[in-house]
Formats: sequence, structure tokens, C-alpha cells
Amino acid sequence: MTRRERLCYFLALHRTGLTVAALSLALLVYPLVERNPYTLGVTNLIALHVIVVLGLNLFIGYAGQISLGHAAFFALGAYGTAVATVTGQLPAWVAMAGVAALVALLALVLGLAALRLSGHYLAMATLGFNIVVHTVLLQWDAVTGGPSGFSGIPPLAVGAFAFDSEWRFHFLVWGFVLLALLLCLNLVRSGVGRGLAALAGDETAAAALGVDIRRAKVQVFVLSAVLASLAGSLFAHCYGYVSPDSFDIFASADLVIMVVVGGMGSIWGSLFGAALITVLPEWLEIFATYKDFVHGGVLVLVLMFLPQGLVTGLVDLVRVRLALRRRGDVAA
Amino acid sequence: MLRLEGVGKRFGGLPALDDVAFTAPPGELTALIGPNGAGKSTLINCITGVLPASAGSIRFDGRELCGLPPHAVARLGIARTFQNLRLFPRLSVLDNVLTGLTAEAGRSMLMAMLRLPYLRHRERQLRLRALEALDRFGLAGKADWPAAALAYGDRKRVELARACVGRPRLILLDEPVAGLNEAETALIGQELRRLRAAGHTLLLVEHDMELVMSIADQVVVLDSGRCIARGTPDEVRKNPLVLEAYLGRTSVTA
Ligand SMILES: Nc1ncnc2c1ncn2[C@@H]1O[C@H](COP(=O)(O)OP(=O)(O)OP(=O)(O)O)[C@@H](O)[C@H]1O
Ligand SMILES: [Mg+2]
Repeated sequence: MTRRERLCYFLALHRTGLTVAALSLALLVYPLVERNPYTLGVTNLIALHVIVVLGLNLFIGYAGQISLGHAAFFALGAYGTAVATVTGQLPAWVAMAGVAALVALLALVLGLAALRLSGHYLAMATLGFNIVVHTVLLQWDAVTGGPSGFSGIPPLAVGAFAFDSEWRFHFLVWGFVLLALLLCLNLVRSGVGRGLAALAGDETAAAALGVDIRRAKVQVFVLSAVLASLAGSLFAHCYGYVSPDSFDIFASADLVIMVVVGGMGSIWGSLFGAALITVLPEWLEIFATYKDFVHGGVLVLVLMFLPQGLVTGLVDLVRVRLALRRRGDVAA
Repeated sequence: MLRLEGVGKRFGGLPALDDVAFTAPPGELTALIGPNGAGKSTLINCITGVLPASAGSIRFDGRELCGLPPHAVARLGIARTFQNLRLFPRLSVLDNVLTGLTAEAGRSMLMAMLRLPYLRHRERQLRLRALEALDRFGLAGKADWPAAALAYGDRKRVELARACVGRPRLILLDEPVAGLNEAETALIGQELRRLRAAGHTLLLVEHDMELVMSIADQVVVLDSGRCIARGTPDEVRKNPLVLEAYLGRTSVTA
């Protein structure tokens, strides 16, 4: 092997690890260059969305299911943390873990019931769940603060070091993102992950290969709910304030759009989708004004032309074209 | 090894299988033939748990398969191919074959997420085995192609490779050479002989009589859901009932 070939081989073999390392480095350098709290606030919001979208993408892209209710898990994380830390006076980290465990339990029960359904029915069931949670948050004034929201949530802290500015929170939230990213990347590169990819492709064939379809779907559903709950807790600590508006069904739809833009079953695409959809309304006034139209339009267009989602769809297209060309070359 | 007794299957009121009984002895290749619509695919679906049988018992090594979900059947060491190819078009050829090793790759999602050293090691071994299987089917050069880009013949071979790679004890093949040319058929035939020599038990559904008669240890004939004949290829070839079943519609060589 020449030195060049050896380098290429090394890069190909460790591409995932190297990409993660490069991303970590960029995230470490970024706040040293960018000190504007507004901009950092936007990237922190991207990070919160990425955590939810990673889980939701596993559920949609790998388990092949649809959920229009993930903002509800996000809400339960946020409100759970708010109530536990302010009303219950629990330590923030304990509250975060406890709330995530409760959400996992809820998702398990919900998943066992709802994942018998599929397609439209599952979409309706998750949508209904979101509406129920949203209504409870609005109506149960005594606990949730009702429509005016819940304020006074303290920032997270490690010892005396509080993550109380955008700059400090950056490291915390992106640390969580990297952790979630690594776990998800590991999962999809494992046998379990291949079973999930098979499940999304063809349930009958997957079952014939030994994939326990129901169990796998429920597991991924619980995993995605836990990630959403953790992101919700971080959200509550980041802003110190939560209100029901952030968790209505449109928030759920936005999360699905992020998955669709990133591409079904693409872990890296989740980063891109969450970033793009979060940033668009910040960049361009027109996107902010007509947000729901734009999002709806994006959703329809992508699903019409690239049912696998934007990034994944394009990548698949290129891969198949390249392979077909090589096949032509071999035949010629 | 595989023993069927009185297996029946109804769709609505219509019987697709009626009182089917035969045994597939270990290490042998049993061929299942019959005219179109005889119920061959339905029988495979009943054995693998894709469809619940309406009556009878299907035993594998003394264990009742009826009532087990498909993944539990697969985990007993029963692999299959599908009449209408069921590959995963978006996955690479190598990943398609690797899905055939799902049962061995570990089940715990938590362990998978942590990617502990033992899992990495196992993953490397499974990859080697998958590559080896691809090599045997002449597909090594296309390991990283998306399955969607393969020609039909290659896809058939990938599906067969996926079914064999886990070294299952029983392999159910639903028309593995349908639509293939002579050279491709010969290659598959050779591979089937090799599998049998390696001690796998095979149940082969096939319309290609030349292949069936040259390779089978035992032939079972289904017609309209009933088992009308059973025996060595020579016995079956001369059986008047079989000739009638086939001549009623097409010729014996169909
Ligand atoms: N899911 C189903 N619902 C209703 N009827 C079915 C179903 N599957 C098969 N059948 C019927 O059962 C009968 C047997 O079908 P099957 O596919 O098992 O035949 P086969 O022997 O595999 O034929 P071929 O050689 O054409 O593959 C047919 O009459 C078919 O129409
Ligand atoms: Mg058939």
C-alpha cells in the first residue's frame, strides 16, 4: 500500500470517530470566537432540538413509525423539572433523572398500547396524546401555572459552577448532544441497529430474520421519549421559564419536519434538519411571519419528491446512480 | 427434523391447505412442487409463523412451531427466502447479508448503544462471515452497493446469502431460481448441493423440474392444498396422480 492508500483506508475505517472528533473540536472553538449571547442562544436552541430529533429520527427512520406527539414528552421533561425543582425543592440533576425515568415508564405503557396501531392510527393516537398533555398544562393552574407559564426555575449547576449564561450553557447542552449522538451512532452501527433498519424497510422480512418487531418498536419509542424528556429538562433550566405554547401540536409537527429535512434514518442528517429549521425563522423575516406555511410547504415538497427525506433521499439517489454506472461499466 | 401433521389453512372460507403431512429428514433436501396456487408459499408462511395455520401441528426437533411469532421461529435456526424478493433496498449489499446474522448480533439495545469491546469484536467477526458468504455467491465486488442498484439475478443471490449466512439448521427456499438464466441456475444448484453437504436441512419450493429432479432426496407434491404424492424423484415422476395434476393445467416440465 502506498502512503496515500493507507491514509484513505485509515480515514474510511475511522470516519465516524473522526467526524465526531472534528465536531467536538468545532464546538469547543466556536464559543471562543462567537461571544454574542443572542447567537449562542440560537445555537443552544438548535442543540436542544437536536437531542429530541435524534430520538425521533430513530423512531421514524429506523423503527419506521410516525409520532406527532413528541413535543408532549419534551413538555413533560420541562414541566417535570420545573415542578420537581421549584415546588418539590429536589436537586436539579436528581429531578432530571427522575423525570426521565417516569417519562420512560409512561412511554412504555403508551407504546405497548399504541404501537399495536400503525400508520394513520398511530399518528392520530400520538397527536391525541399531545393534545391531552397540552390541555392539562393549560388547565391545571395550581401545578403548572396555566397559560401564563411557570417561572423561577434555577439554572443547572455542578458544585458552585452554575450554567447561568448562554456561553456556559453552550458547553453543557452540546456536551449532552455529543453524548446522545455517540449513543445513537453506536446503536445504528450495531446488530440491533441493523435489525431496526430492516424493520423500517420490511417488517415481514425483518421478523423472518429474528427481529422482535413489537419489542423493537416499543424500545425505540421509549428511548426517543427519554431523549425528549432530557432535552425538556435542559430547556427548562436554560430559560428558567416554561409555558404551554412551546409544546403544542405545531411544535410536534416542527420536530417531524426536522426529521424529514434531515432524512429518515440519518443520524447526521438530524443535526442538519434541526439546525436548518431552527435557524430559518431567525435568518429571514419572511420565514418567521409565514412559519407554518413554509414548514408545511417544505414537508409536502420533500415527501413528494424524496420520501426518504431531504438529506437521506439525495444521498440514496447519488449512491444508486453511482452503483448503476459502475454496473454499466462492468457489463460493457 | 421438520414434521408436519394435518396442517390446514383457510383464507376466509376457502381452504388453501388441507391436511398436509410430511417429514423433512435432517440433512436432506426435500422439494415441494405443485402447480400455481397449490399452496406452497402458504405452507412456508405457516411454518415460519408469517401466517397462523388454522389446523394441525408443525414440529421442528419436537418443538411445536404453530403459535410462535415469526422472530421466535427464526431464532430456532429456521431461515427462509421469499418468492417475491424482500431485500432492504436502502441498505448496502453487505448490510443486507449482515441482517441475516441479527440473531447472533446481540439483542440488548443498551449494550449496543455502549458498544462495549466484546460487541466490537463480535461485530468484526460477523462482518467477516458476511463477506465470506458474499464471496461464495460471487458478490464480493458489490459489497458496498445499495441493494436497489443490483440486477435481478444478483438480488436473488443476496437473498440466498442472507438466508444461509447465519448457518441455520433448516432453510426454506421459495423459488430461488425463478427468473434466472441457465448459468445462474447452475450456480444456485451448486450452492444448494454444498449447503446440503454441509449438513443443512433444506425445503425447496421450485418450478424448475430439472433442478428439482437432479437435486432432491425427496419430493412432495401439493395440489389445491392437498398433499397428493411423496417419494423419491423417480417415484414421483411416474406417479399418475402427479401427471394428472400437472397435465390438468400445464406440462410436467412447467
Ligand atoms: N393472503 C391471502 N389471502 C387470501 N388468499 C390467499 C392469500 N395467500 C394466498 N392465497 C390463496 O391461496 C392459494 C395458494 O397460494 P400460494 O401462494 O400458496 O400458491 P403457490 O403454490 O405458492 O403458487 P405459486 O407457484 O404461483 O407461487 C391461492 O389460491 C391464493 O390465491
Ligand atoms: Mg408461491
